[in-house]
Amino acid sequence: MKNFTLLCIGIVALGIFPSRLPAQDFLKNAQVTGSFQADAALYQTDAAMGITSQSINGQPIRMNGFTEVNYEYKNFYAGMRFEAYLPPLLGYDAQYQGAGVPYWYIKYKNDLLEITAGNFYEQFAQGMTFRTYQDWTLGYDNSMRGLRVKFMPSKGITLTGVYGFQRTFWIPYQNNNRGIVKGLDGDFSLNDMFNALTDAKLKITLGGSFVSDYQAGKTMIYPVGDKIYTFNLPENVACYGGRLNLNYAGVNFYSEYAHKINDPSQMNVYIYKPGNSILFDLSYSRKNFGVEIKSKWIDNFSYKSNRSYTINGLDINYLPAINKEHTYFLSSMYPYATQTTGEVGIAAGVMYTIPKNSKLGGKNGLTIALDFSQVNSIKKNPVNDTTALGQAGTLGYSTGFYSIGNEVYWQETQVEVTKKFGKKVKGIFDYLYQTYNKAVVQGHPEDPIIYSHIGIGDVTYNVNKKLSLRWELQGLWTKQDNGNWAAGLMEITISPKWFFSVSDQWNYGNSDSGKQLHYYNIAAGFVYNTSRIQLSWGRQREGVICVGGVCRYVPQSSGLTLTVTSSF
Amino acid sequence: MKKASLFLIFISAFFFTFAQSEDASAKRKTVPVVNIKDVFGNVFNTANIENGGKPVIIDFWATWCKPCVRELSAISDVYDDWVKETGVKLYAVSVDDPRSSSQVKPFVDGKGWVYTILLDQNSDLKRAMGVGPIPQTFILNGKGEIVWSHTTYAEGNENDIIEVVRKIVRGEEIK
Repeated sequence: MKNFTLLCIGIVALGIFPSRLPAQDFLKNAQVTGSFQADAALYQTDAAMGITSQSINGQPIRMNGFTEVNYEYKNFYAGMRFEAYLPPLLGYDAQYQGAGVPYWYIKYKNDLLEITAGNFYEQFAQGMTFRTYQDWTLGYDNSMRGLRVKFMPSKGITLTGVYGFQRTFWIPYQNNNRGIVKGLDGDFSLNDMFNALTDAKLKITLGGSFVSDYQAGKTMIYPVGDKIYTFNLPENVACYGGRLNLNYAGVNFYSEYAHKINDPSQMNVYIYKPGNSILFDLSYSRKNFGVEIKSKWIDNFSYKSNRSYTINGLDINYLPAINKEHTYFLSSMYPYATQTTGEVGIAAGVMYTIPKNSKLGGKNGLTIALDFSQVNSIKKNPVNDTTALGQAGTLGYSTGFYSIGNEVYWQETQVEVTKKFGKKVKGIFDYLYQTYNKAVVQGHPEDPIIYSHIGIGDVTYNVNKKLSLRWELQGLWTKQDNGNWAAGLMEITISPKWFFSVSDQWNYGNSDSGKQLHYYNIAAGFVYNTSRIQLSWGRQREGVICVGGVCRYVPQSSGLTLTVTSSF
Repeated sequence: MKKASLFLIFISAFFFTFAQSEDASAKRKTVPVVNIKDVFGNVFNTANIENGGKPVIIDFWATWCKPCVRELSAISDVYDDWVKETGVKLYAVSVDDPRSSSQVKPFVDGKGWVYTILLDQNSDLKRAMGVGPIPQTFILNGKGEIVWSHTTYAEGNENDIIEVVRKIVRGEEIK
């Protein structure tokens, strides 16, 4: 609180005093950037969907909003973000209720050094040991509050140190309610470091990181059945890793490995096994052709700065899902999320553009993309004959290096064709086959595995330089879960300012005829330079939004939504 | 106390903003200096975004963002002509996070795009430039000053972009 007040005084002082100086340099040569967003909703009751005033908690008007401002003057930077959730939109954690400034920083930076005090977002390598980030749509923010120092002693070398605690909702840091996170990272590009390698065709970057989370408390009481155990806890949980990237003539190879010491937590139900995570990624590309194959093995690797947390928050590392992210209505209905207790995945994709005026490509060319991904369990063997698998207070299980279990968590095959038909019409056509282990991914043990076929057509017709029409037609066919779906969308865009759309998702195959609902939506929007305003009315189906390794449940709703965004 | 602090911050934020707009004619914004990455994993300092005194387009996009891909595909069809005519250079800044950032290079090549690709995996540049939802496009004049910016993509927006670039090349003032 004291720091915060000091910062306020500092910022205000910067704002006021220089204006009295003749040069007014702090203002004239300063730069301010920022962004604004407000998402407001007026929820309605909807008898067909079973939404009553009770299910909206008697608060039909809700809003999430933020303003972020960054100030930059020579080597000095400062900024803040104000957030308000009054009350939070349905589907966002109720703990967001309130308003305040969860994010502020001051920063000094020159060619050698960068020092940040306050909040910051940072990522070591691909985030396997450490990543703090914010995702507004997801309602996720695990920013660090503390200090960060970046040191760039010579070209090609970046050393980063972080020290602080993480944000979770509005909960103040007190009474050991989360750990203190410390981290060090070294990043080296050999081609920049050594003159002899500057023009070498082989590009090499490598690095290593070390992270530690300190949460006080040497023991905890843990009842198992009618017995009460006392667990000894590691107060410092260390996690470290290394990575290497090689690039040669269109071929790129990346690998990262990380190890975590024993970290009994609610996420792994208090087992003492150390954790491991490995990533391999190989790709090759040249003009009009790209191919990539990657694999990831995760063994007990959830890493949070509060060992009792199971909700979205306080993640120290980042373990994104290996499969492609989808944005169409129906291909995103069953989103996969990383199982941090253990999974092994593979993903491969190839994309080829058949050039214009060729036999296959026709007059306008054609792009074909094929993608495949699969995620399985890892093998877990009991540690001995007398200990149950995953027994709290023990090592939990043993496993071999890169072991592959039999249970399928996810599988997807996708074919996508993008094609222009003359100057005015173009289309994207998708076929997907998804296997989704809802029991594991969403934690509903009674649910069967869902097998679905999905077809999507997305066609744009440019009437003239300003006016364009776009249609989407989608179908999802499955015998499980809610059965078949059909969806359609029509969008009219008048460049650069206006857009209108009408869409419907229809659960025509639901085995319960009372649930064969239409989820219709009408939207209109206006864009002016860097500002956008959109008003929509309709129904939102129940679903899960996943970004990276984190998912948010979205309950069904009905009503009016207004979204305003602006960038300055 | 906290309320007072908030109030002070807001007042000062407004103060900065208005001070900025008053001086807008005196000084235009430039690209903030941030270290991001190139597609080889090397650090790329955004102070190095330049085009030898010719205009620059910066486009924030991601592989999963459909309107972004539509915009970059539409520009790709005419990009050779744009470069020949105006000498413009397009930096496509991907905000794909580690889930999909390794896919960016094969994706861009697979599409046949020839832009300069930068990776902003943790949205550091995106945040510094005040970018909200993507796509967002910026145009820089020969001095590296931001003269135009636009959010979202609608079919035909590329015509507005090249019009602004042409004006810069002709030496006309952009409002």
